[in-house]
Amino acid sequence: MRWIRERLLGLVAVLVLVYLFIPIAVVAILSFNKPTSKFNTSWNQFSLDAWTNICGVPGVCDSFMVSVRIGIISTIFATVFGTMIAFALVRYRFRGRTTTNLLIFLPMATPEVVMGASLLALFLNLRFPLGQTTVIIAHIMFIISFVVVAVKARLQGMDPRLEEASRDLYAGPGATFRFVTFPLVAPGIAGAALLGFALSFDDFIISFFNAGTVVTFPIYIWGAAQRGIPVQVNALATLVFLVALAIVLTAQLVSYRKRKKLELKPEVLEASLPRS
Amino acid sequence: MVVAVAPAAGSKIKPSSQRKSRTGYFLLLPGMTWLGIFFAIPFVTLFITSLQAPVPGKSGQYVPALQFSNYPNALIEYWPQFFRSFLYAGIATALALLIAYPLAYFIAFKAGRWRALMLVLVIAPSFASFLLRTYAWKTILADEGFITSFFNALNLLPADRILNTSIAVVAGLTYNFLPFMILPLYAALEKIDPRLMEASNDLYASSITTFRKVTWPLSLPGVVAGTLLTFIPATGDYINAALLGSTQDRMIGNVIQTNFIEFRDYPTASALSFVLMAVILVFVFIYIRRAGTEELL
Repeated sequence: MRWIRERLLGLVAVLVLVYLFIPIAVVAILSFNKPTSKFNTSWNQFSLDAWTNICGVPGVCDSFMVSVRIGIISTIFATVFGTMIAFALVRYRFRGRTTTNLLIFLPMATPEVVMGASLLALFLNLRFPLGQTTVIIAHIMFIISFVVVAVKARLQGMDPRLEEASRDLYAGPGATFRFVTFPLVAPGIAGAALLGFALSFDDFIISFFNAGTVVTFPIYIWGAAQRGIPVQVNALATLVFLVALAIVLTAQLVSYRKRKKLELKPEVLEASLPRS
Repeated sequence: MVVAVAPAAGSKIKPSSQRKSRTGYFLLLPGMTWLGIFFAIPFVTLFITSLQAPVPGKSGQYVPALQFSNYPNALIEYWPQFFRSFLYAGIATALALLIAYPLAYFIAFKAGRWRALMLVLVIAPSFASFLLRTYAWKTILADEGFITSFFNALNLLPADRILNTSIAVVAGLTYNFLPFMILPLYAALEKIDPRLMEASNDLYASSITTFRKVTWPLSLPGVVAGTLLTFIPATGDYINAALLGSTQDRMIGNVIQTNFIEFRDYPTASALSFVLMAVILVFVFIYIRRAGTEELL
C-alpha cells in the first residue's frame, strides 16, 4: 500500500511536469506544419518551410529584434539598480526599511494591466510621446524587483566567514569586494539578468499599453492572432525556448560540477582557520 | 570608513556584518527613485485621471475635475466583469494549488538528485512565449480535438465544447500561473525538517494525520504566498479571456484594456484599475499582517 502511494506521488509529479510542457510541444510541432489556411491550429502536412525561411514573413524578425534590443537595454539598467538595492538590503542598515521592502514587493503583486494603465496615464498627462523609450522605462520598472529578489537570495546564502577571512588576511574593502564578494555573487547576478531579459522579452500587457507604434515580438503575435499566426513565429519561439533551456541547463551542470569539486573544501577551510 | 554598529534591540534581523553608513542610501537611490517615479507616482496620476471629466463634443479628451461619480458609474456598468475576474481567478488558484502541491511535495522530499533538474523544468515553460502557449490551448481544446471529444462522450460539457467557454478561460489561467504556485510551495516545504514527519510517524500517526497535522500547517506560508502570486496576476489577466473565451467571458483586464486603448475612455479605465488595485492591496496587507515585510522578498 505504502509502495503504491509513493509511486503514485512520483507519477502525479511527472504528469504535472508533462502538463506544463504540452502547449510547448504543440507550438514546436506546429512549427513543422504546412497549414491549410492562415490559421496554424491543426496539423496538415510536414514541412520545413518555416525553419528554412525563418524571416520569410514581414514583421516577424523585425519585431523579434526590437524585443531583443529592448530586452538587453532594460536588463542592463534593471540588473545594476536591482543588485545595488539587494546589497543595501542585506549589508546595510537604513531608515525606511519597511517602505523599501513594500515598494520592491508591490510591482510583483500588481496586475500588469494596472501597471500598464497607470504608467500610460502618467505618460499621457505629461504628454510624453510613446515609443521604444517608454517601453524600456516600463520594463526596467517591473524587472528591478525580480532582480532584487534573486540577488538578495544569493547574498544571504553566502558564507560570511569567507569575507571575514579576506579581511583577516589584510584585504581592504575594495579588494575583498573584488576578489571574494563579487565572484561569489556573480552567478546570482547573471541568473537575475537572465530572468530579467526573459521577463522583458516575453512581456505583452505592459508593453502594449506603452508602446505607441513600436511592435515588439509579443505585440506582433497579439496582432497576428486575430488574422492567423505565421508558422515562422512558432519556429522562432521554439528556437528561443531551446536556447534558453540550453543556457539554464548548462549553468546548472557547471554549478553542480563545481559543487562536486569543492565538496571537501569547506571542511578543509574550516580546519585551517584559526579557532577564535 | 566602515563603522560596525551593534544591531538595534528588537529588530528582526541581526546580521553582525550589517553596516550603517551613507553607502546604503547611495545604493538604494537609483533603483528606488526609478520605482518611485515610474511605479508609485503613476498611481497618483491614475487617480487624478480617474476623476477627469470629458470635454463636451470632443471624444477622447478630458479635463481635470473631481468627478467621483466615475467610480459608481464604472462599477455599475462593469460589475459582472469584476465579479467574473475574481471568480475565474479564484477557481484557477484553487485548481493550481491542487495540481501544484503534489509536485512541490515530491521535489522537496522525494526528488533527491533530480531536484535541481525538476526545478528547472518548472521554470522552463516560461521561456516559450506566454501568448503562443496560450494560443496553443486553442489547438489542444479544439472542438474536434481529443479532449473535447472525450468529455463529450461522457456528456460532461454543458455547451458540448470547451473552446470559447468559461472552462477554457479557467483552464488557461490555471496552466499559465501554475509555476507561481509551485515555486513558493516548494520553498516552504523544503524548509520543513523531515524528522518532524518521522517523529509523527513514530508516534503512530497515520500518513494522513501526519500530513494534516504536521506537513500542511508547516507549509501554510507557501500556500498563502503561492495563492497570492497566482490569484493576483490571474485576476488582472486578459490574454486568456481574449484568446480562449467568448465575449461572454470577458474579464476586468479586457475592459480596462479596451477602454484605455480602443475607446480612449481614460477616466473609466483608470477608475476600474484603481478599484482593482485597491482590492488587491487589501489582500496584500492581510498577508503582510501575518508574515511581515521581510518575508515578502
